[in-house]
Order: sequence, then structure tokens, then C-alpha cells
Amino acid sequence: MTLSPRLAQIGKECVACGSCLRVCPRGAIHIASGVTAQVNSDACVGCGRCAKICPADVITIVQRRAVK
Amino acid sequence: MKRKWYDYLWIAELLYWVLGVCNILFAWLGMVFFCIPLLMAIVGGNKTYCNRFCGRGQLLGLLGSKFSRNAPPPRFLRSRWFRGGFLAFFMVMFGLMLRSTYMVFSGAPLRQSVTLLWTFKLPWQWAEVGMVAPWVAQFAFGFFGVMMTSTVLGLLTMVLFRPRSWCVYCPMGTMTQGICKLKQGKEDVQ
Repeated sequence: MTLSPRLAQIGKECVACGSCLRVCPRGAIHIASGVTAQVNSDACVGCGRCAKICPADVITIVQRRAVK
Repeated sequence: MKRKWYDYLWIAELLYWVLGVCNILFAWLGMVFFCIPLLMAIVGGNKTYCNRFCGRGQLLGLLGSKFSRNAPPPRFLRSRWFRGGFLAFFMVMFGLMLRSTYMVFSGAPLRQSVTLLWTFKLPWQWAEVGMVAPWVAQFAFGFFGVMMTSTVLGLLTMVLFRPRSWCVYCPMGTMTQGICKLKQGKEDVQ
């Protein structure tokens, strides 16, 4: 399987509101223990919908290579 | 994505306002919106209420899709200091509301008004509340004011920034996230 070149990255100040879960077309985000959102990097396609909706503006779309 | 029953909880939020305006005693129902997220965080160690069941968040999301500027919010909004400070401020206001409820319980006269943003008295002829003890009615008036104030702030930041900007500094969200962090810390230690 080929991974997309970009993916979402969650910032430290995530408020765990869950807005991003609702818009992710791949279901690639979950809230870990009510503390922060986490991205399944294999499932994320870096579409950026989560970044656009995030009310805290803590999601950035980055190059996959930069993360690894 | 197929919608689930809990995707319609924004209707419950609307219903709360309609019922409260018809009879202020329905304001007590708002305690559900306080207790369930706390219970979920304390017992389950999660923010499922915020993530799935928050009718207010859903309503802001729906209205925001039409009326929000969708602008990124200022950084301070998500800072620990602002969120913690706003929670503390809200708790003080809640405490003052409980105090006035106690005063009425102790014999002080009932004040039949709802105060918006802790300042403005709403010009509304509230329904008769003589069927319950005065302190029960006083709590309803105070609590409806708290709920209405937070909704107005939520709507304001919805328009100015992103639809669910309220979720960033919502006192309940801050509190439940704090509880989850504490719980996670404990589990990590064990």
C-alpha cells in the first residue's frame, strides 16, 4: 500500500474536543484517554479537513518524511 | 457517514432553551449537561461526552457551518492559563449562584430574573414558580443565566472564529480533560 505524502499532526495544546473525528473521511483520528487526539499515520491521507475544522487550530498538515 | 442517534442531540439543546423560556424550572435539566461529562471523565477516564454527546457543540457546529468566519482563533484561547483562568472564573460565578440559592433557602427574598453575562437582566416575564420552594426556583434562575451566558459566549466565538471555538475554553471540557489527565497520570504511575 502506498502512503500519502502528507499527514496530519496534532499539536500539544489539543483540547480533545473531538471535532476532527467527525470530519475525518478515513476514521484515522481517535481521542486517546480523553487527553489528546491521535492520528493513525497509516490511515491518514493528509486531506486537511481536520486542520480546517479544529477549533483550537492545533492540527497541521506536514510532509510524512518530516514526521518519521 | 451514516448518522447515529447521538448526532441529533443538538435538538435536546434547543429543547432545553424552549422549555426554560416557557418555565424556568426546566433549567434544572441543565444539570444533566454538567453531571454526565463529569461522570464519564471520572468513571471512564474519557471525553466521550464532548466527542459524541454534547448537544451544544453539535449546535455550534451546525450554526457555524452557515454563520462562522472560520478564522483561526487567537493562540491565547487554547493556552493553559486562559483555559484554567476561565474555568476558575466560571467556578466562582457558579459558587456565587449557589450562595444566592442558599441565601433564599435561609429566608432571603427570591429574585425572579435571569442575568446574562453576569450584568444584563433579561426582559422576560417568567412563568409562575410558586409551586416549588423558593430556593429551587432561585437555583433555576441562576443556572439558566449561567447556561445562557456560556451559550452567548459560544455563539460569539463561533461567529468570530471557528464553529466549535467554545469547546476550546468550555469549562466542562477543561475540567474533564484535566480529570482524564490526572487519571492517565495515575495509571502511568501504577
